[in-house]
Amino acid sequence: MIAKRIIPCLDVRNGRVVKGTNFEGIQDVADPVEMAKYYNDTGADELVFYDITASFEGRGLFTDILKRTAAQVFIPLTVGGGINEVSDFERVLSCGADKVSVNSGAIRDPSLIDRAAKRYGDQCVVLSMDVKRVDGQFRIFAKGGRVDTGIDALQWAHDGQERGAGELVVNSIDTDGVKQGFDLEMLAAMAKQVTIPIIASGGAGKMEDFKTLFEAVPQVDAGLAASIFHRKEVPLPDLKRYLAEQGIPMRILREEK
Amino acid sequence: MIAIIDYGVGNLYSLSHSLSFLGIENKVTRNPEEIMAADKIILPGVGAFGDARQKLRETGMDALVVQKAKAGAPLLGICLGMQLLFQKSYEYGEHEGLSLLPGEICPLKEDIPGSLKVPHIGWNGLRILGDSPLLRGIQEGDSVYYVHSFYAKGAGDAVKAASEYGVMVPGLVQQGNVFGAQFHPEKSGPVGLKMLKAFGEDSLC
Repeated sequence: MIAKRIIPCLDVRNGRVVKGTNFEGIQDVADPVEMAKYYNDTGADELVFYDITASFEGRGLFTDILKRTAAQVFIPLTVGGGINEVSDFERVLSCGADKVSVNSGAIRDPSLIDRAAKRYGDQCVVLSMDVKRVDGQFRIFAKGGRVDTGIDALQWAHDGQERGAGELVVNSIDTDGVKQGFDLEMLAAMAKQVTIPIIASGGAGKMEDFKTLFEAVPQVDAGLAASIFHRKEVPLPDLKRYLAEQGIPMRILREEK
Repeated sequence: MIAIIDYGVGNLYSLSHSLSFLGIENKVTRNPEEIMAADKIILPGVGAFGDARQKLRETGMDALVVQKAKAGAPLLGICLGMQLLFQKSYEYGEHEGLSLLPGEICPLKEDIPGSLKVPHIGWNGLRILGDSPLLRGIQEGDSVYYVHSFYAKGAGDAVKAASEYGVMVPGLVQQGNVFGAQFHPEKSGPVGLKMLKAFGEDSLC
């Protein structure tokens, strides 16, 4: 049986892993290469690296970190942030990424999804979206969740799949950083729109939130979180053991003698 | 030295990184002399079968791979590279494979319940069905990482390990010196690394 995936997300700024709350209050946490290695060794099912660098120098630093990470991480590695052109796919794939996540770049020009999927295959293209409720509608927000695009999120997800996205990362701005659980209502609505894997993001605060996620919305394939893993408020190996005990299909690393 | 065949499909960096991490000498190449001189061959690949088959033909890599395999050099096909080793594929039409393994590549969608998603993406446990040097140290239930929409049918005894996804999906196949992994060993954590290490051993077969 296929396992549900647990995915730590590493937001990298100027060479360090950081995590903000509700898209503000950024603070330094740790070295991304060491952290990636730790997750690789302790049972993460995949890693997401998000480049939140604004400067040109920062971008170079990021690709260097990516290369060093890829050399010692043997689980799928998804990279996002600053992906605006097909050439950006090439830039991060050549550093060792396996999948590339597009967000604002696809909002500016949705054909980026089609072009990248045609060139690298659907499995390589992850459509990431920041969603917030506005007037009873799920809307796509841009620029790190600050700008309402007016785009209907359910339609956007559907169109993204049609264009060739291979997976969706759905982040709820309403629940992100609040630590009261995933946005089950929004995720259930999203699951009706697409057949590609859905990675849920935003809101996890404790182990039970993941159990509730996978039980309440069985179409969700993976749960993504950042600070709760980084600060070990929810230690990743404990979470996976707990979920396996609760009957959620999990990949558990075997102790080597 | 292991030659990783570069014929213009997919991302070969992580595969090469994994082998280097294990201390196994390897080179991503499309140079016929380097390939002929290599001890072992890895045929990678992602994307569509027809497109990859055509690129193999255009670069002349298909004849080289078959020649090396027939001469007894260990060959490992990964993901689409594994599918290419079979006789035929029904992915968007009908395409001839390299016919180094018996069987055909068929759409998962037609054989599994509609409730299961296609592609089959993620970690799935292995059921051990036969002996293979690549399964040394691998246990029933160990998980590997899959990304695919088509699967091998009719491979018979060549199937050494499989994963359940509505049907039994052949994960690891082998016949003599020809090996194939439907999953990505280079992305399958310690389990995958063990298999790559075994493929790199001098005493493989």
